[in-house]
Amino acid sequence: MGKSIERQRNIIDFTLSSLLRRKGKNISLMIVYTVIVFVLASVMFFTHSIKKEAHLILKDAPEMVVQKMIAGRHELIPEGYMEKIGGIRGVGSVHGRLWGYYYDPTVGANYTLLVPQDRKIESGEIIIGNGISRSRLAYEGDIIGFRSYDGSPMNLAIKEILSYDSELVSSDLVLISRDDFMTLFGMPKGHFTDLALSVRNPRELPTIAQKISDLLPDTRPIIRNEIERTYDSVFDWRGGVMVLILSTALLSFVIFAWEKASGLSADEKREIGILKGLGWETSDVIMIKFWEGVVVSLSSFLVGIILAYIHVFFTHAPLFEHTLKGWAILYPEFRLTPFVDAYQIFTLFFLTVVPYTVATIIPAWRAATVDPDSAMRT
Amino acid sequence: MIDLIDIRKVFNVGRPNEFRAVNGVTLSIEQGKISVLKGPSGSGKTTLLSMMGCMSRPTSGRIKVCGVKISGIAQDGDRAIEVTSLPERFLTEVRRKTFGFIFQQSNLIRGITVIENVMLPAYPYGAKHSDLRVRAMSLLKLFNISDHALHRAEWLSGGEAQRATIARALMNDPFAIIADEPTAHLDTKLSREFMEIVARLKEDGKTALIASHDPIVYESPVVDRVVSMRDGMLVPD
Amino acid sequence: MGIKPFRKSGIFLCFIAVSLLLVSVMFVYAFFRVRSDAGTIIRQSEIVKELQLTDLCLFTEARYTRNPSQADLHAAFQDHPVSIEHFPAGSLVMPPECLRRINGKVN
Repeated sequence: MGKSIERQRNIIDFTLSSLLRRKGKNISLMIVYTVIVFVLASVMFFTHSIKKEAHLILKDAPEMVVQKMIAGRHELIPEGYMEKIGGIRGVGSVHGRLWGYYYDPTVGANYTLLVPQDRKIESGEIIIGNGISRSRLAYEGDIIGFRSYDGSPMNLAIKEILSYDSELVSSDLVLISRDDFMTLFGMPKGHFTDLALSVRNPRELPTIAQKISDLLPDTRPIIRNEIERTYDSVFDWRGGVMVLILSTALLSFVIFAWEKASGLSADEKREIGILKGLGWETSDVIMIKFWEGVVVSLSSFLVGIILAYIHVFFTHAPLFEHTLKGWAILYPEFRLTPFVDAYQIFTLFFLTVVPYTVATIIPAWRAATVDPDSAMRT
Repeated sequence: MIDLIDIRKVFNVGRPNEFRAVNGVTLSIEQGKISVLKGPSGSGKTTLLSMMGCMSRPTSGRIKVCGVKISGIAQDGDRAIEVTSLPERFLTEVRRKTFGFIFQQSNLIRGITVIENVMLPAYPYGAKHSDLRVRAMSLLKLFNISDHALHRAEWLSGGEAQRATIARALMNDPFAIIADEPTAHLDTKLSREFMEIVARLKEDGKTALIASHDPIVYESPVVDRVVSMRDGMLVPD
Repeated sequence: MGIKPFRKSGIFLCFIAVSLLLVSVMFVYAFFRVRSDAGTIIRQSEIVKELQLTDLCLFTEARYTRNPSQADLHAAFQDHPVSIEHFPAGSLVMPPECLRRINGKVN
């Protein structure tokens, strides 16, 4: 056993000496490799964490939301629908939700205005999310001027700012009183934005959704697990763009590695011949190539994922902020909880370290099997 | 020590460019003596040396090697092993323990240190690195190139490189040294120095088998026996 | 020879060992952070429950990005004049200039 370890260490010594001969080239190779792993791993950590958090946070989202549709578009839902839905067996309670979007031209940001069910808000007052406070530099007691649907101004005073902890869900919220909401948007009486319902038995949700569609064909019920699954697909897309770009980069890197290794230069062939002449066997020479691949790819992989982890979970992923933020002016400040998945890390390992090592070994196979006798004849 | 019995080596058997490199050689190499294979290029010297050193197998004939103990192989009283029928893995062990090779070109690996070059033959066998280092250093001292131990191999002069090659050949403490045209790229002074080293090896009880058409080699007083070869066969003197 | 240099393989193997250690620290740290952040997550889900929210506030550019779970089929190209799209076409075609003004400046 000890001999085996010593043997491998000796071979690693030689491999490292060999790699150090072309320091510049090998170091740049490792840097490129590390960067690729870093970006891929960052994307992986980020999207996985957000998806996990989304699931945990949204688990108490409304069990079902019913929207009215006209010509394929989401439209206001009349009060009368509440009674009809309430009459369906299995439905617990039905609330009309009042919420909408407001575009604030002074900062170019969209706010979500919401009339809370339980919290009491006085007319003329609002409770705002932390993101709004930051982008408008508005604090408790300040007044924000809104423009109603008919162009008339409406000034609302900030009563409270929602906690920093809840940024991820409330950053752009404006909680407003019902009367102010109706006035601001010119909302027709007897209508709601949509309806939120709770049911007695969550397992009946799909059945109840079907009944609602049958009863009111111009509605679209959205059930809770659809809400949760949204984030799985959203992040696969937004994350997906980056993964696409980087898979391309990775692929080109593998091709580059192969191309580098496949044309074993005359020098390299000669050296293998010398080693064979000195008594090294084919398996020993293959071992050199194996370690060559591992030294470069494993080191880059480990450094890459460690840096990615620090990037995403300790420095809030500054490199992604730009892409994810898009054109949004308001972007929540939040600390991602590090949900890491060993399976994903192993997958990344198999996608990066293994192909590179194989790409280093296989092309050398031919040269490694050369007769030692040929070394005598050069 | 090494017995060759009717050795033949044919390349490209059955094809139009069939070539008989060695055409029936029977020869005994004595232990502890310096033997020289003399002949022009193309005479089959290199091929013969290669077969004797267990680097390639003959097309027909038998080779017996005596005097080296190899575990796992049945050996008789004088420890003769017939290498022609040995499986590959035993053959490499025989080769490693019995022979150290010196080639025409110094064939040191560029870019790594001299001492690492000398240690190379022992690397795959799992000996402790520090032991290998100690042995390599003592060999370098023996040949007066220990000052260059940490220098890159390509910085050595021709003579120093040749001595490093000899040190490397002795790394595994082989029974015999096989050298193929060792003085081909050396000037007169260095060639004579080479033969002086061979004399020292003889004093240490080593066997040497040298293929050369250089008179400085085959006319040296150190040499015990000269065998001439031509067209793949021995030529009686 | 006086100095005994470090073996290269020793340095390499050390480096790998340290890296693997750091990787396991990553997992351990994550485990403890998940536990300690549990409170924040619960508070957030309480707000979600109280206010009956349906989405994370991540992409505030447009309606269908702010509440993707509530988006309808025709939400694209409707809202924020400068919003970027989920559909590839939107990345290629910019809205007309008159719609791209913020505060009088063309974005």
